[in-house]
Amino acid sequence: MTRSGYFNDLHNWLISEDFTSTRQARLHKAYVAWLSLLANPLAFAGFAVVVLLILIATLAPIITLHDPVSQDLTMALKAPSAAHWFGTDEFGRDVYARLVYGARTTLYISILVTVIVAPIGFVIGAMSGYLSGWIDVVLMRITDIFLSFPSLVLALAFSAALGPGIENAVIAIALTVWPPIARLARAETLTFRNADFVVAAELQGAGMWRILLRHIVPLCAPSIVVRLTLNMSSIILTAAGLGFLGLGAQPPMPEWGAMAASGRQYLLDAWWLTTIPGIAILTVSLAFNLLGDGLRDIMDPRNA
Amino acid sequence: MSIAQTTEHPYQGSRKLLSGLRKIATSFAVILTTLFGLLVITFIVGRMVPADPVIAVIGDQADQATYDRVFTEMGLDRPLYVQFGHYLTDIAKLDFGQSHVTKNPVASDLARVFPATLELATLATLIGACFGVPLGVLAAVRKGTWVDHVARVVGLLGYSTPIFWLGTIVILVFYAKFGLIPAGGRIDIYNEGLVEGPTNSLLIDSLLAREWDVFWSAMHHVITPALILGYAAMAYLSRMSRSFMLEQLRQEYILTARAKGLGKWPIIWRHAFRNIRVQLLTVVALAYCGLLDGTVLIETVFAWPGLGQYLTSALFFADMNAVLGSVLLIGIISIAINLLSDIVYRFIDPRTR
Repeated sequence: MTRSGYFNDLHNWLISEDFTSTRQARLHKAYVAWLSLLANPLAFAGFAVVVLLILIATLAPIITLHDPVSQDLTMALKAPSAAHWFGTDEFGRDVYARLVYGARTTLYISILVTVIVAPIGFVIGAMSGYLSGWIDVVLMRITDIFLSFPSLVLALAFSAALGPGIENAVIAIALTVWPPIARLARAETLTFRNADFVVAAELQGAGMWRILLRHIVPLCAPSIVVRLTLNMSSIILTAAGLGFLGLGAQPPMPEWGAMAASGRQYLLDAWWLTTIPGIAILTVSLAFNLLGDGLRDIMDPRNA
Repeated sequence: MSIAQTTEHPYQGSRKLLSGLRKIATSFAVILTTLFGLLVITFIVGRMVPADPVIAVIGDQADQATYDRVFTEMGLDRPLYVQFGHYLTDIAKLDFGQSHVTKNPVASDLARVFPATLELATLATLIGACFGVPLGVLAAVRKGTWVDHVARVVGLLGYSTPIFWLGTIVILVFYAKFGLIPAGGRIDIYNEGLVEGPTNSLLIDSLLAREWDVFWSAMHHVITPALILGYAAMAYLSRMSRSFMLEQLRQEYILTARAKGLGKWPIIWRHAFRNIRVQLLTVVALAYCGLLDGTVLIETVFAWPGLGQYLTSALFFADMNAVLGSVLLIGIISIAINLLSDIVYRFIDPRTR
């Protein structure tokens, strides 16, 4: 690759290991990670799809011509054409528009679940690993109980109890996603629990939370981020499964799983109704898996 | 607390026996607490339901006096822990309540639908293990070659495919377009009810009765959903066996075996593979539990009359007794499978003896 002028200087400044400032060292780390992402085509493809998904979700009103919810029964079940790229559904709604707005639903659910479970899983796992003793036993027992349920079935039970709807689906999925995070955070904390720097911090009078947040979090972060990225894929699949069973987002809100489900009635006449949302789910979930796999190789070489 | 430490017995044998007993007692305690936790969760979920359980029994036309009487009869005026106690006693008597939809006791409904799910999930796990494990081993042995890449793509696709969608597409292509597979169900209508057997698994019962037509019809119906579920299991198992295998191939005993002049495949199967069997067993058990998830969706798609379809239709009609009964059963099966793999693990791993 040839770089000219300014970019060449920037590249050299970033790649050099003779740091003159903390900032340079940090940027160097990020830049090297970025370069290894570029060097891993599959992981980069995953990254590109995720970025594209975020762009599509943000720009939804700009890149669609049709309203995702307004019905036009005269246009029902039309095959893909220039006006309707992915055809229309049984209510004459544009499938392309619903797909694009459905990206918002997917991102909303997966980001919200991740934001909820990351701190909960970390706090439970890290406390368990740091404090050990009976607190560890109790917390890990609770984690195991939640782990012993197949996750979709548990999510089904909770969303049945809470009632259908997207917020309840988020809560139901979150309740099934935190246990593996807690397990991971515990295992990571245990490896650092008796490290000299933790003992040193304790001797200086640092409390549990200071040690956990200032010393343990930065060290656990890479593997937890990898886990969360890989989790995104299973969150998306669970959310789609709930939508498919009619328990996730409620009509007329566009959601990929529910779109695929309602298309099943017209499977023989309108293949696009089921096929296209399914491909969208597959692509996005594959992208998160590829990205997570790549991030693991980059950030957490121990497990490579 | 610890028996082995308090009893300083001079004889090695009985000390070993005691520590063995202690291990068994510990794992029983673990199982009991997990089971208790499961029951707490299903109880709480049952109480969270917004629908009024009294109205569900007497209908919304009943007068206040009837409502109050039934409310008391159902024990809803008692404190929650008393209600939980009643719940536990009911469950211990295998009384999961009555289904509003089928009007049967949930327990007998579950006994009716469960064998179909067991048959489907078991076949799928077998398919997943038979294809996934050799694929994973091969990918580890040929790390970095095209075999490894194929295995990686197969695995990632299996992780990422929405299973209900794959099932629908398979029906569209192989049933609607080519007419190669049945649209759903467990058996052809003219073969239905021909075989009544001890196991309630149509495959095994028809084999035992030597009813070949019935067997082939049942096989024809089960194979498509089983292959789709098996693919999901295969993805998981191939990735796991690849990473277990890679770990073994790095060990020094492999180098020793090679230095002794042992052939490549004997090293792989007789040395390395033997050492990952125990780990594999655990992940096969996990895959089996994961498939219980998949069956819920795939049974809906293929109209497979099993636990998953029972659960989803109960959800659809807000039939909470049936939902909670099914969820509890699935949780108990998961615990049982893990327990079983734990027992077999102790049995085949010499280090745990």
